[in-house]
Amino acid sequence: MDFKDYYKVMGINRDSTSDEIKRAYKKLARKYHPDVNKAADAEVRFKEVGEAYAVLKDPDKRASYDQLGSDWQSGQDFNPPPDWDAGFEFKDGGSSGASQADFSDFFDSLFGRGYGSQKPNNQHQADYKTRGEDHHAKVVIDLEDAYLGATRSIVLQSPELDKQGHVVNKQRTLKIKIPRGVKEGQRIRLSGQGTPSHGGGAAGDLYLELSFNTHSIYRVVEHDVYLDLPITPWEAALGATVKVPTPLGPVDLKIVPATKSGQKLRLKARGIPAKTAGDLYVVTQIVLPPADSEAAKAIYKKMQDELDFNPRTLLGV
Amino acid sequence: MKEIILDGVLIDDEAEFSLEELSYACSSSTEWVIALVEVGVLDPINYQATPVEQTSWIFSVYSFKRARTAMRLQRDLGVNQAGIALALDLLEKIERLESTLALCNEPVTHA
Repeated sequence: MDFKDYYKVMGINRDSTSDEIKRAYKKLARKYHPDVNKAADAEVRFKEVGEAYAVLKDPDKRASYDQLGSDWQSGQDFNPPPDWDAGFEFKDGGSSGASQADFSDFFDSLFGRGYGSQKPNNQHQADYKTRGEDHHAKVVIDLEDAYLGATRSIVLQSPELDKQGHVVNKQRTLKIKIPRGVKEGQRIRLSGQGTPSHGGGAAGDLYLELSFNTHSIYRVVEHDVYLDLPITPWEAALGATVKVPTPLGPVDLKIVPATKSGQKLRLKARGIPAKTAGDLYVVTQIVLPPADSEAAKAIYKKMQDELDFNPRTLLGV
Repeated sequence: MKEIILDGVLIDDEAEFSLEELSYACSSSTEWVIALVEVGVLDPINYQATPVEQTSWIFSVYSFKRARTAMRLQRDLGVNQAGIALALDLLEKIERLESTLALCNEPVTHA
């Protein structure tokens, strides 16, 4: 297991006051909140910061963490020393942003699993409600899955009480059908797959939010798909029929004579299928052959000599 | 053991949520959702200001997404309702601008 340097995660010194810790946490939480920061690693950073704060804001947890000493480096292989936490008692504090279910093995080995409340509003769910809670999870799929449909396994962790009354993380695996025609950010609702009700009511629902892996050649906007298509100057100038990849396999595309760079060619209904199917937009990019041989140079020289072409006439020069 | 493949319901753009469904989906009270309607963060499709009608409010997928984000902003950052309203509007504006930029072939890099 890797050692986590919580002070480094928060960018503060080991002798920081609790006010400084709080301030650092608030700043970093705003910076890396996944709703605010769309960078790929923002969510990971946000969870790290939440975990660091959960330890450092709690005087008992911080004292016992400090007891490990300052010689440890982030990422160093770590096992807690025996009886390291003798004399400390950990009360389970409220939520600090990240759910405790997301905390690292390092955290678990030191402080164990508690029940991390995620409820934003404690007045929530008045007693007339006996339905179990809804759950939310993310599923990452490929663009091709949106075209064809797919089946995905997801592992869900939920804290439950065991026979001794301890909180344990229970894992369950669900296999879920992803229908064709989905788009980024859409959700699938699985009725009754949330938390069971304690009061004899219905179980909560499970919402799965879909997101797409970044594709190496396609960009996706809603149901539309964009592809940059490199073409040669002579294909652009004279017209041609070229092979173009689509998520369902290559097709022949006609390039009309005098095609410009950056022109958008629409392949109707070749985007993600849906009630109203998306379109596939092919954006032309004219690529110049390199003048890296005598023959190539001669051709460029010939164009220079024989074509009366000034691309800067609109600039008045 | 036979493998079960669950078949959920895809929430498409036309999907609708009741006040209670929305509050469950946000692990929040109906009062919390109503307060967001009152500050204009959420717009029920069939908005009626009279209290009697609140239980029959219907929300769009767009409201569903905004309510979920509002819940996370409040839970994780302690943002109040006015702040949520402002943050949501600005976040949507940034999203629109970034998708326009992306279509202009300008790679958008995030700090």
